[in-house]
Amino acid sequence: MGEELLRVEDLFVEFKTGSIVTKAINGVSFSLHQNETLGIVGESGSGKSVTASAAMRLIPNPPGRITSGSIVYKGQDISQLNESKMRKLRGNEMSMIFQDPTTSLNPVFTVGHQLMESIRIHKNLSKREAKQESLRMLELVGIPAAKQRLKMYPHEFSGGMRQRVMIAIALSCQPQLLIADEPTTALDVTVQAQILALMKDLQREFGMAIMMITHDLGVVWETCDSIIVMYAGQVMERGSVRQVYDKPLHPYTWGLLDSQIASDQNSQEVLPAIPGSPPDLSFDVQGCPFADRCPYVEEICRESKPARVAIEDGHEVACHFQTDTSELTRKEEANIGASATGS
Amino acid sequence: MHNETASDRELLYEEQYKRAQKEQSFMRKLLRNKLAAFGFFVMIVLVFTAIFAPWIATHPPHQMDVTRTLLGPGEMGHLLGTDSYGRDTFSRIIYGARISLIVGVAAVVFGAVFGSLLGVISGYFGGKIDAIIMRIMDGMMAFPFILLAIVLMTVFGQGLMNVIFAIGIANIPGFARVVRGQVLSVKEADYIDVTRSLGAKNTRIIFHHVLPNSIAPLIVYATMAVAGAIISEASLSFLGLGVQPPTASWGSMLQEGKDYLVLNPELATISGLAILITVLSINLFGDGLRDALDPKMKI
Amino acid sequence: MKGFLLRRVLQIVPTLLVVAIIVFLITRIMPGNPAAVLLGPQASVEDIEAYAQQLGLNDPIISQFFQYIINLITFDFGNSLTYNQPVITLLIERFPNTILLALSALVIAMVIGVPAGIIAAKRQNSFIDYLVTTFSLVGVSMPIFWLGLMLVLFFSVNLGWLPATGMGSFDDGLWAGLRHLILPSIALATIPAAEFARIIRSSMLEVVSQDYIKAARSKGVHEFFVICKHGLKNALTPLLTVIGLQFSNLLGGAVLTETIFSWPGMGLLIVDAIERRDYMVVQSTVLFIAIIYVVINLIVDILYKVVNPKVNLDTGGGK
Ligand SMILES: Nc1ncnc2c1ncn2[C@@H]1O[C@H](COP(=O)(O)OP(=O)(O)O)[C@@H](O)[C@H]1O
Ligand SMILES: [Mg+2]
Repeated sequence: MGEELLRVEDLFVEFKTGSIVTKAINGVSFSLHQNETLGIVGESGSGKSVTASAAMRLIPNPPGRITSGSIVYKGQDISQLNESKMRKLRGNEMSMIFQDPTTSLNPVFTVGHQLMESIRIHKNLSKREAKQESLRMLELVGIPAAKQRLKMYPHEFSGGMRQRVMIAIALSCQPQLLIADEPTTALDVTVQAQILALMKDLQREFGMAIMMITHDLGVVWETCDSIIVMYAGQVMERGSVRQVYDKPLHPYTWGLLDSQIASDQNSQEVLPAIPGSPPDLSFDVQGCPFADRCPYVEEICRESKPARVAIEDGHEVACHFQTDTSELTRKEEANIGASATGS
Repeated sequence: MHNETASDRELLYEEQYKRAQKEQSFMRKLLRNKLAAFGFFVMIVLVFTAIFAPWIATHPPHQMDVTRTLLGPGEMGHLLGTDSYGRDTFSRIIYGARISLIVGVAAVVFGAVFGSLLGVISGYFGGKIDAIIMRIMDGMMAFPFILLAIVLMTVFGQGLMNVIFAIGIANIPGFARVVRGQVLSVKEADYIDVTRSLGAKNTRIIFHHVLPNSIAPLIVYATMAVAGAIISEASLSFLGLGVQPPTASWGSMLQEGKDYLVLNPELATISGLAILITVLSINLFGDGLRDALDPKMKI
Repeated sequence: MKGFLLRRVLQIVPTLLVVAIIVFLITRIMPGNPAAVLLGPQASVEDIEAYAQQLGLNDPIISQFFQYIINLITFDFGNSLTYNQPVITLLIERFPNTILLALSALVIAMVIGVPAGIIAAKRQNSFIDYLVTTFSLVGVSMPIFWLGLMLVLFFSVNLGWLPATGMGSFDDGLWAGLRHLILPSIALATIPAAEFARIIRSSMLEVVSQDYIKAARSKGVHEFFVICKHGLKNALTPLLTVIGLQFSNLLGGAVLTETIFSWPGMGLLIVDAIERRDYMVVQSTVLFIAIIYVVINLIVDILYKVVNPKVNLDTGGGK
């Protein structure tokens, strides 16, 4: 791993619709190094996309606003940076690909136009050179007959091909940071694997860092170096992939793992997941946000918010029962589960 | 802040749930839309004005008086002055509400009945019948609404009933399209298949399933159509093709006002304002109605 | 594209036929003798009979209809009795004036309505959004003949800035032509401007929340281009459909607007003819306008296809 590229510290984001304020992100911190792939997992609505948008300062305002926290990119806090300086970073130093390639490419412009647009904004190239460069990028992401494809519209491409185009656009200026917001969720399983492999290849070639957002833990184990587990706009657990894979600490992480196993076995995409639903973020959550759904909940969970504690080097968790003094392990599950329902 | 307990939280959630429930209730949604409420209020006032015109008006609407022509507002007991025949403007405005509302409602009812009938037949049976009916409707839609009404009036001649017919006929294709679209979407719904496989007759299916499901968009469309019909009546009367003089209609008052724009600008100003306020309030109400019934409705 | 064009052009033939049939039927169902109605109350019995013969009213209805269609195809719209001219001559004389008025109104409506809609969408729920929404609600409810009168009252009678009636010639300079055009085209632009603001606002609201807008921002595209290039081009599709429909309003509204401002177009022709009871002119002009409207919608449909590459070539519609 190289130098630290991005560090997000104690980030808070709110959305205000009418009189209702949704506290979407509540104190998220993480860091990302050059060449590293960071996985962000969590159920839908847990704030993954908002975190990603915040990193690029793309929270739509109104209704959204970063209320506090810092986003440090290459040693510079960009959370207050002005728009024109931000624009120089976006697409150039950091870029983004999205979940659904059918909606993330503009339907009324040709693929070539959309590729060249990014190149022409950030590089001082003539139209012809930009075209050459676009062609090279399309070939790089494995699109056959790239020259003809430049003149085509997005709807003339298959889903997988569109995502390749998105990747080509995102990487056209050789960014240092690629944010991939569920890049394979909308794709067929076989295409998923191809796209992930392509991203890994290109990461090796360009040496960029990737923020891989997904709700599929399988993707994380395969592609990531470290992981943060998000719930209700908070980081519940974070650590290296090894650490979290070998020794998951948070009951929420266990829930995700269980549903992962269940969906692997059924092989159909049903996620039985964790019973219950996430809290309404327009209300203040007093204690642990997971308390209502946690099988091991105790009085203290509802009363105070657990602090984040480092259990081993770089492996942190926010749970009252996961401290070095009182450790909750999964083996005791049945035991504690019974006592929890008894109280 | 006090410490929140679990039961406190449950209360909060309960409250939020109730709040959401309430907001879903139709009337509340409609009333929450203040503009729609305003529109509704004005409409009620108009209806009462039309019904009780003889009691509200200060003078008989056709009473001429050559000694009191072109008076300004407030002069000689004429609230809004008089026109070139010495008729009381205020009273004529009050009586004009009758014409506007009668034509607006009657023409739309006429258009809605025949248009819906054609729409149902077209959508339900499809095929050749559909093609023929819709071609005719397309042809009628090719005329700007007011021009179709004008042509029809050249044939029918002036008069209240004829205005209703002309605007009513011009309204048919719009209703036919809306209802046909509804029928097509309802027809796709599964329960129609079930009903049919249970052996229900066509007419039964139409009256018990298709029409009730088309009611919401139909009401919204009809509301907007009333506004359009009122404008059309005013336009026809303004062009001298509407109700027969000396009947007081806002459109014909505006026409008279046009010739005395310099001497008596009140006449044109007020009769036009009456049209604008009426049409605006109906449109506001229709807008609110659509939002309350189904915000995604495409009308 | 060629196949698409041909197909679309052929598609309007049945519509035009229906339009012709409607006007034909309307002229033949006139109560009483159409010749008598067309000639007016002063005509003598002999005149009426001769005119009926001339119009072919004594022939069987089918052959009357075929004659009518043949006349239309050869641009024979009949003769005006009060103007003593073929109707087509009158139409050719008046047509450019109405189109000038309608197009000016369309341009004004776009210049006002589109930016207003964009700004309202961009600042949803702000004061300016409410302002735009309110104005557009009032706008679509506006009796434009009244608005025209009020404009005359204010700008011509009270302020004396602009002429109340007539049409100037651009041959006498830009201002000479423009000064007569300003008030009528503003009056006529009101409803379409309001409609455009509404439609652009709602389609922009839909568009700006799309992923490709966020994607454009994430590429570092300037916000102005994000909205006015990536956003607007997508929002244009519904606008084009509405422009087609609004042309119906523009042509219909032109009749009323031209009356107010004595603008020598087809609308004033209709209104004058109504006063002279020259119903042949009224009916032919309305028929002519309907034909124009059908053709304009054809053009809009083709533009629609150009703007939106996703429109299916086979059906020709994206709706
Ligand atoms: N544009 C928005 N307006 C209002 N609320 C938003 C908006 N975007 C996100 N949110 C809120 O933020 C929360 C997190 O959303 P998101 O980050 O998209 O979740 P996910 O983990 O599925 O990507 C959502 O529950 C939602 O309430
Ligand atoms: Mg997401």
